[in-house]
Amino acid sequence: MLSIKNLHVSIAGREIIKGLDLEVKAGEVHAIMGPNGSGKSTLASVIAGREGIYDMTEGNIYYKGKNINELSIEERAREGIFLGFQYPVEIPGVSITNFMRTAINEIRQYRGLEQISAAEFLKLMDSAKKLVDIQAKLTNRSVNEGFSGGEKKKNEIFQMAMLRPQLAILDETDSGLDIDALKVVANGVNALKTDDNATVVITHYQRLLDFIVPDFVHVLFDGKIVKSGRKELALELEAKGYDWLKD
Amino acid sequence: MEINTDKMTLRQQMTQLFEQHQPLITRCDTPSVTRRRHEAFGVFREIGFPTTRIENWRNTDVSKVLEHDYHYYLEPAYDEKVDLDRIFECNIPHLKTEMISQLNGWFISGNGSSLHRRQDGVIIGSLADAFQKYPELASEHYGKIAFDKKNGFVALNNAFATDGVFIYVPDNVQVEMPLQMVNIIHHNESIFVMNHNLVILGKNSSLQLVQCDDSVDQQRSLINTVTEVFVGANASLDHYKLQNKNDVSTLINTIFFDLQRDAHLSTNAITLNGGMIRNENHVTLSGTGCEANVLGVYLVDKDQHVDNQVFIDHAHPNCLSNELFKGIVDDSARAVFNGHILVRRDAQKTNAYQNNKNIMLTDKAVVNTMPFLEIYADDVKCSHGATIGQLDDAAMFYLKSRGIGEDNARMLLMYAFAAEVINQIRIEPLKIRIDDMIKKRLRGELSICEQCVLHCSSMEKKIKFDIDMSRV
Repeated sequence: MLSIKNLHVSIAGREIIKGLDLEVKAGEVHAIMGPNGSGKSTLASVIAGREGIYDMTEGNIYYKGKNINELSIEERAREGIFLGFQYPVEIPGVSITNFMRTAINEIRQYRGLEQISAAEFLKLMDSAKKLVDIQAKLTNRSVNEGFSGGEKKKNEIFQMAMLRPQLAILDETDSGLDIDALKVVANGVNALKTDDNATVVITHYQRLLDFIVPDFVHVLFDGKIVKSGRKELALELEAKGYDWLKD
Repeated sequence: MEINTDKMTLRQQMTQLFEQHQPLITRCDTPSVTRRRHEAFGVFREIGFPTTRIENWRNTDVSKVLEHDYHYYLEPAYDEKVDLDRIFECNIPHLKTEMISQLNGWFISGNGSSLHRRQDGVIIGSLADAFQKYPELASEHYGKIAFDKKNGFVALNNAFATDGVFIYVPDNVQVEMPLQMVNIIHHNESIFVMNHNLVILGKNSSLQLVQCDDSVDQQRSLINTVTEVFVGANASLDHYKLQNKNDVSTLINTIFFDLQRDAHLSTNAITLNGGMIRNENHVTLSGTGCEANVLGVYLVDKDQHVDNQVFIDHAHPNCLSNELFKGIVDDSARAVFNGHILVRRDAQKTNAYQNNKNIMLTDKAVVNTMPFLEIYADDVKCSHGATIGQLDDAAMFYLKSRGIGEDNARMLLMYAFAAEVINQIRIEPLKIRIDDMIKKRLRGELSICEQCVLHCSSMEKKIKFDIDMSRV
């Protein structure tokens, strides 16, 4: 599904990711853990195709066997890559319904499909709302405007449910959530899991991984994956911290 | 009567015209109106047209505009029975208004009468006729608040204007159907137009007024309109200006509002196209408990120039004023905003807010914004702010990361930006139409509109971007 080879990324001339490799197969859940500043969010943004401040100096990203280095952000999204934002952006004046319908129709057009019908759209929206326990009102509001931290994160998973990506990168989806909201978000992610899609969960804390159980855990440290293992690695990190991996 | 002398400046031409044609200019006047004309002419003779040396004209240079040759008519130069429907048709779906038309600044009667009094007592018609038939109303109010010793355009208008729209709403009358003033410019040569509108709302009355400025051809024109609006105690006026003119038009649109105790005003200037447009709003809060919302949205591109000037005079306590102007400036277009709030010493408990936000789409676009508060009272809440920016990079990334392409992402963000003002339009069919127009404008389908803003024969094109889903 996703294959990253020798990835190097700089921000303003400073190298943040320093030769990273990662393999994610369909049906798998991967967790990427690491301390602040290790390059986790940079990795997420670069997979999603963000340019500008991010300068990918070396390496290749393959998605479903295709090199996507040259694909734009929107093309990657239309190919089925989804980024759950650590800090979802507030967009006053754009309603969530309008936002999602525009997105779905552009994706469908890219894939040579008809526009979504109003009825179909409503049905899809209803089920996505239920999935993350969103009250009806939320969808008449502007995207993320005035949302609490929990609402914003729920809204990310709501969008994921609407768009049904094949590869979801969830960047610190647990940050700022209380335990109830965390459960709702995790349940949503689990419910969307199939044998054909894959999820990469980026997190600081082991806590989220109690609810979204990963198949593999990777430790990102100073721009490289320094250790990979099964889910038990997360517990070990929780107990020992990151310092023992420094050398 | 016309004058078109190549060698003289427009200032000299107008001066000569005024001195030589007194009988024609004053033919409909009462003595008090004539007196005001002479007073105003004295001001114009002294100061002439504004130059960039004057502070609030610093960023709007009319010198080039004044260099052109214009024909100025002292009386209508056409058959008054012109069939207006043939050149102009307002087709906002479901918008029911009583239409009040002016052609080149002259009142055009649709029903054969140039001034009529409706059953509810509302008087609508030509200002020239109102001077004669209702001197106590028209003559007494003419030039009363439209007096600005520093503004040559206003002075010239007061000296020359012999026609315009007169509207009177008696005390306690709620006008249900909105009135729509349309000034159409249509002529086979470049013309200079000066009309003067007078709107009087009695106590406890209410009115919705739509003021449209349109051109229906590609001729150059200079329009200098002054509108005086008196809003009586506890009366309410909901006012809209729609401006969609050709790229060689210059529109100087100056409005003076006077609000009595507990009066309520909302005025919204929607500028979609025009060569040079200057909107001046002078709002005097002449009693306690008044509320004034002064809003505007402008979308300019190419070499267009739009200038919004707002002066709010808080002369009495417990009033609220709220200014919000938002603009999208493309290509090498220029936008100017100059907001001035004056809170006088006695105007305690004043709330006054001012905001101007701009998006510039190119490096060549220019925005000059000057929010300005002048406060002499100590117990007030006032704020001002101005922003000039590009489309938000983080928001673009967010939209694109959901599969939305560059064009639609920009559209969504620009539309959302403008929607804050559009959403405050309280005449629903108008709001829907303006919403459409803004979308068309943002897609570039309206940039050279051969007809008026309200006369788009082509309905909304079916495209993948459909904002109306917000109702789902």
